[in-house]
Amino acid sequence: MRIRDVSAEELESLAIGAWILGTGGGGSPYLALLNMRRLYRDGVVVQLMDPMALGDDDLVAIVSNMGAPLVGQERLTDPRTIERAVRMMEDYLGRRFRAVMSLEIGGGNSIQPFMAAAMLALPVVDGDCMGRAFPEAQMTSFAIHDLPMYPLTLADVRDNAVIVARAQSWKWMERLSRTACVAVGSIAGTCKAPRTGKEVKECGILYTTTKAIRLGQAVQAARREHRDPVQAVIDAEHGLRLFTGKVQDVARRATEGFLRGTATLEGLDDDRSHVFRLAFQNEFAVGWLDDTVRVTTPDLICVLDTVSGDAVGTETLRYGQRVTVVALPAAPVLLTPKGLEHVGPRAFGYDLDFTSVFA
Amino acid sequence: MTPTDIRPTVEGRSPAKALRRRIGIDVGGTNTDAVLLDGGRVVAAVKTPTTADVTSGVTRALTDLLAAAPDAARVTAVMIGTTHFTNAVVQRRGLTRVAAVRIGLPASASLPPFVDWPDDLAQIVCGEVVMLEGGHEYDGRPIVPFDAAGMRAAARRFRKDGVTSVAVASVFSPLDPSCEEQTKEILAEECPDASVTLSHRLGRIGLLERENVTLLNACLLDLARKTARAFTDALRASGIAAPLYLTQNDGTVMLADVAEQYPVYSFASGPTNSMRGAAFLSRLSDALVIDVGGTTTDVGALRHGFPREANNVVEVGGVRTLFRMPDLLSLGLGGGSVVSLEPLSIGPVSVGYRLTDESRVFGGPTLTVTDIGVAAGLIELGDRGRVASLPAPLVRRAVERISAMLEEAVDRVKTEAGDVPLVVVGGGAFVVPSRLAGVSSVVAVEHQAVANAVGAAIAQVSGEVDQIFQSLPREEAIARARTIADDRAVTSGAERSTLRTVEVEDLPLAYLPGNSLRVRVRVVGEIAAAPAS
Repeated sequence: MRIRDVSAEELESLAIGAWILGTGGGGSPYLALLNMRRLYRDGVVVQLMDPMALGDDDLVAIVSNMGAPLVGQERLTDPRTIERAVRMMEDYLGRRFRAVMSLEIGGGNSIQPFMAAAMLALPVVDGDCMGRAFPEAQMTSFAIHDLPMYPLTLADVRDNAVIVARAQSWKWMERLSRTACVAVGSIAGTCKAPRTGKEVKECGILYTTTKAIRLGQAVQAARREHRDPVQAVIDAEHGLRLFTGKVQDVARRATEGFLRGTATLEGLDDDRSHVFRLAFQNEFAVGWLDDTVRVTTPDLICVLDTVSGDAVGTETLRYGQRVTVVALPAAPVLLTPKGLEHVGPRAFGYDLDFTSVFA
Repeated sequence: MTPTDIRPTVEGRSPAKALRRRIGIDVGGTNTDAVLLDGGRVVAAVKTPTTADVTSGVTRALTDLLAAAPDAARVTAVMIGTTHFTNAVVQRRGLTRVAAVRIGLPASASLPPFVDWPDDLAQIVCGEVVMLEGGHEYDGRPIVPFDAAGMRAAARRFRKDGVTSVAVASVFSPLDPSCEEQTKEILAEECPDASVTLSHRLGRIGLLERENVTLLNACLLDLARKTARAFTDALRASGIAAPLYLTQNDGTVMLADVAEQYPVYSFASGPTNSMRGAAFLSRLSDALVIDVGGTTTDVGALRHGFPREANNVVEVGGVRTLFRMPDLLSLGLGGGSVVSLEPLSIGPVSVGYRLTDESRVFGGPTLTVTDIGVAAGLIELGDRGRVASLPAPLVRRAVERISAMLEEAVDRVKTEAGDVPLVVVGGGAFVVPSRLAGVSSVVAVEHQAVANAVGAAIAQVSGEVDQIFQSLPREEAIARARTIADDRAVTSGAERSTLRTVEVEDLPLAYLPGNSLRVRVRVVGEIAAAPAS
């Protein structure tokens, strides 16, 4: 595959797989998928591009919908917002993009590049720079590789637009862009620092779009054949089942442009009389089994509907839901010492050493 | 919640103590069933055809029940469950055209109201779509000022166009309902005859799902009013003075005059009742349940004595909602389904309540699944002679096709690979073969044909609170809300010791002072024993 059409069915699978890889965040892909269904019904077809087909000097737009996932449930994503962010970047740079790529393959942000691509008639690069979803700008493979972090463009549904022309560090880029994002209601379309083809090929996390589509297809196949879809996820991604239970409490708060909170699960079946607690900042960051740390970022902490295998997001967790917590392995770049500085538990404010559940 | 709280109530209570004498009625598309329950025992059960006007069918059922058990006149409550509303949506019948008002532009513009509805249903329900500027941010700021002038213009247009039902959904209205409230006032002034359904009364965060529920409710209001009045008339005609309740999706009841404003809450009450009735009658707490009615068959699963709930998103007639509902598979096959033999086709069209006029064994012209059942010797009903001429091989093929359809449905509901028991209920139970692949045993229960009505009679009582707490730690605010909900449930007639919490949700309201929290708690419990009298 150098470049190929993506079918409407593959987008449906992508939505399922990416929602699982979103580890609770990235926003529900359903609304982005609805936009894509409408665009496909109007005759649009988006192409997926092998990153190796990029020329070294090609310019790639890295896009994401930024903000608190809860807000995305009310202020529904619109392809014109992300389109504006990308066009603004092209105007600012005075250059055209060769392709669009996802910041994070987790959640709705896996489909944002497809929405942008549909509006701009560009292909989507097969890959991202997280291999999952993370809440902050410096939590990417590009940041871990010390690539430049600016400029960034940010567009709101109203006539508000911001360009962050320079930032002293990735953290400053996060701070500046987050401030603008909060000001416009904690949801905005963003085009991150543009990447060259060379940078994508060397520092991206490649082929994760295909991976997410395959994961979604595995879940769909399991449902069709009445196998356990949760087990299908574990088998497909060499994951680990951590806990099965029922949501007993969810405390949620949209602050500083994030959705923060905790969830408590009460054990069922083999986990009866145990309790699992999850802390999240958009995405699940740490999980405790009976007050002992069981799993931390960057291992992927995925909460799945026990019956359907569908991911449950931090904004859609509800009292009484029966869920299974599953860990999936993170991309190798996140597990390096440098990677852990960016995305390990301390990066989320937990004074814990990272030990992978897969170690 | 402690693990003991999820014990099945059918096993976990003393029936003699918890149940009073009650009438349960199920008004299905084909049959109206009524039972008298006393001390946890089915004292009398009757089955009559549903009538087009609903009232005479219910009156007839009550008359028959009173004849069978004169005691029935002294009941303490009458509970009616009906599939009327859900059938209306599924069959696209009796729905009112709705004007949809969405407030929130310029946000959410690419996904307008009805965006994820099936085309055929949207064509019937979607009157006019009005999208206006307004709505709120999560922190309480307006997105842009509300376009009240635009709303007024729309309301005048509605009046001119004869709009009778309006559904209003504003962005973040569960946090700040003011745009929706203002719209209601404008509509009252400019288009006073229209019914108004506001989204913040029905749903939570999640604009599209909340709006869908609002639209569904709005398109069912006329039917709901008509139906609730018909029930009340029937009760009055039968000389029964007990209060009338309608059963809800979650197995609880609501007074009929409140329930008629919220038909969506009664959507899945038919299936919920049949599942709970099946658990009650079979004493099984873990099983599959198949309910074969006149028009449709529902297959669901019992876990710990309660219907397995759909975890997250539930589709009703193809429309996505966030309701708590039993996780069911419905297929268009029932005792009244129309059969054609050559070429063989079965359903989904049903003669419904006209079974006793339309089907062959009752002298009618239409071949139905019931006729096939009689011809194949599965059931004795009507005049068997009228189907004697059907060629036996064709009847056998039809029976095989029905079995295959049921087998596939059961298979699709199963979530574990092993064989499980299958409880059979419903008036069309005769079509279920005594052996099915993937099923350890097919369980027949007494009163299986009226399990829905039994489920309605054992319905529970709820207590709910939805209010803002200020200057309290979160845990304390929730605990206080829970106490209020418990007290309300007890006031409504619940036995305090049986109360369990089914929903807790809190939303911080950043724009109000003093750590404000909107807390919603819902508890349900068994109806308390009657005070000594």
